[in-house]
Amino acid sequence: MSQPKEIFVKTDRCMGCRSCINACAVEHSVSKSLFGAIAENPRPKSRLYVEWVSPDNKVPLVCRHCEDAPCMYACISGAIRRDADGVVRTDTDKCIGCWTCVMVCPYGVIGRHLEEHKAVRCDRCPDRDVPACVNACPTGALVYQTVPAYSGAVRQHASRELLKAEGG
Amino acid sequence: MAFSDKILEKSIDPTVHQMLDRAEQLGIETVWDRYEKMLPECAFGELGVCCRNCNMGPCRISPFEDEGPQRGICGATADIIVARNLIRMIAGGAAAHSDHGRDLAHTLLLTAEGKSGGYAIKDEAKLAALAAEYGIATEGRGKDAIALELAKAVYAEFGKQEGFLQFTRRAPQKRVDQWQKMGIDPRGIDREIVEIMHRTHIGVDNDPVNLILQGLKASIADGWGGSMVATELSDVLFGTPEPVRSEANLGVLKEDHVNIVAHGHEPVLSEMILAAAGDPGLVAKAEAAGAKGINVVGMCCTGNEIIMRHGIPLAGNFMQQELAIITGAVDAMIVDVQCIMPALGDLCECFHTKFISTSYKAKFPGAVHMQFNEENALAIAKEIVGAAVENYGHRVPEKVFIPKEKTACMVGFSAEAIIKALGGTLDPLLDAIKSGAIKGIAGVVGCNNPKIKHDEGHVELVRELIRNDVLVVNTGCNAIATAKVGLMLPEAAEEAGDGLKGVCQALGIPPVLHMGSCVDISRILSVCAAVANALGVDISDLPVAGAAPEWMSEKAVSIGAYVVSSGIFTVLGTVPPVLGSAVVTEVLTKAANDVVGAAFAVETDPVQGARLMIAHMDKKRQALGI
Repeated sequence: MSQPKEIFVKTDRCMGCRSCINACAVEHSVSKSLFGAIAENPRPKSRLYVEWVSPDNKVPLVCRHCEDAPCMYACISGAIRRDADGVVRTDTDKCIGCWTCVMVCPYGVIGRHLEEHKAVRCDRCPDRDVPACVNACPTGALVYQTVPAYSGAVRQHASRELLKAEGG
Repeated sequence: MAFSDKILEKSIDPTVHQMLDRAEQLGIETVWDRYEKMLPECAFGELGVCCRNCNMGPCRISPFEDEGPQRGICGATADIIVARNLIRMIAGGAAAHSDHGRDLAHTLLLTAEGKSGGYAIKDEAKLAALAAEYGIATEGRGKDAIALELAKAVYAEFGKQEGFLQFTRRAPQKRVDQWQKMGIDPRGIDREIVEIMHRTHIGVDNDPVNLILQGLKASIADGWGGSMVATELSDVLFGTPEPVRSEANLGVLKEDHVNIVAHGHEPVLSEMILAAAGDPGLVAKAEAAGAKGINVVGMCCTGNEIIMRHGIPLAGNFMQQELAIITGAVDAMIVDVQCIMPALGDLCECFHTKFISTSYKAKFPGAVHMQFNEENALAIAKEIVGAAVENYGHRVPEKVFIPKEKTACMVGFSAEAIIKALGGTLDPLLDAIKSGAIKGIAGVVGCNNPKIKHDEGHVELVRELIRNDVLVVNTGCNAIATAKVGLMLPEAAEEAGDGLKGVCQALGIPPVLHMGSCVDISRILSVCAAVANALGVDISDLPVAGAAPEWMSEKAVSIGAYVVSSGIFTVLGTVPPVLGSAVVTEVLTKAANDVVGAAFAVETDPVQGARLMIAHMDKKRQALGI
């Protein structure tokens, strides 16, 4: 079985520019272009968030598509399912807007679409190879990789640091 | 040779395809690679909703999030931020053009005082005409005395606090009245630019319309002020351009010559480089080094200045500056100011090319700085050319690859030259417009921009215009683009509609008239003013339109603003950073009609852009009853 890719966040790289937020909204618009999207009604909605933590930390947060997803178990209308690609999706036809998923999500990354009265979350951009937010990030704070590839890179870095500490 | 789609989609110019292929082989990065790495560009910037004008911020207005910030920390809305940012762009552009004009006034002053090293007054008729405009007595006075008084009068326009700029009075009275009514008749060139910087400071002008009006005022001080000064004084010093034949594109570089590319904007430098390159001592030195001679070619607006006055070949437009160096055949790239990519420094390190900066205002990493000044102009120019000649010996033959393509062109249509071509009066042009043989006149100008397939925006738009009997006058990178595809030849009349074709053939002129560099858009204004005055109407009544199909610079924003302020409908081919504000967008595209009798349109498809211009001309013709 091939390894699915996840969106990983390198918090130390985030500049707080919110390019990811704009790209997400554009990707979830009808026109799929910035200049078209800003004129749409209802305005397209972004599905990820950049939090600010004192004194100067910026933290992008996006649905983790948890393996053991609390939202999926908590959804009383059975609207939340994991698809074949491992992406946790909300079926908007079934969603009744009870916000139980919002209460149980440990990351707080499920939003409310006011006009449509539905919960919205990251859908991993089904029409794209690389999610729009990842593509938009100018500093590489968001990366789209498999767990082995990401953790492998972290191990490489840790190994170099270790050698340096040992006087290499 | 077959090129990848990736290369072919970047430009319509075959020399660009060859050079990009070459760059790929050599592993060299160009403007197109850097553009791709920049994608996607910042949406806040694209919409114009980021503000860095104070240190409470930076702030940006969220275009999407209902919960995101809708006001800056000071309370500024998107409308205020977009308007402030837009007019700061105008300030930048107007400053650049006007400082160029100031340098010409300085050169004229030094020349009149006998302190400049190598310059002379070449066009005494123009000197006399300008003196008359300024109310300077010419009877029985020598040219230096007249020039001295004129230079001082023009110099004073920059720092003037009250009154009006003399050249603005070339505009029809109705136009001037409208400017005064709207409070946008500029008082002094520098003053209006400074006032933009004041008004956009934290907590000053926070009315988007009021801000935009000041932007228009500063832009008029550019078009009818700084730029017009640059054009007119250049003509006095270096001669008013007349039709001359030459060639354009990278194929003008010569494998067996010392190649010098003069790049930038101000003819003060390039005129002296040309003079120095003709120095027998330097030519002999070049020949001794094994070269057949010294080949000076132009790039960007410096290229436009020297091709139209001397027929010096043009190597290319903005997007080709790096490509010229990648030929490996450029011994020196000599630059002054504006539109010179800082990427050239690193690039020159891959080749033998000497990158020589000459202005204390414009220094670049990787460049050798040889400070130029007017007092010792020719002597310094000889040193610079000497450095190029010396560098010829360092050329690496296996790194040399020059595309063969170059296209013949006929350039140099100053307003005076157009009138001369018409037989000494505007009447044949007016008659042709009245009869409908010429539907209207389009001024097409502006830069290159990697957001648009290089030159395609320029060429497609111009072709559609001439096909529909619209006479095109152009400057800057648009002029270079059309020269490269052969539209600046009398034979190109074949591509024009029957009416325009007949007029061109009768007069022996191309359907696309090269009017010069970007400051020479002032020539287009002068022609429009003369036509409007001859017909007893305002410029906004004429069947004329403007376009900047591939614009990118702040100068282009100022140009667009002064062209619209002059009453000329203008089509932009790339989207300006204003869409984040519905108010500013509305003012620029609609309400401006009530203020200055013209507005902007944005159309990224060049053929559609041309059609908007044609529809506008039809409307104006109908209103005039012709």
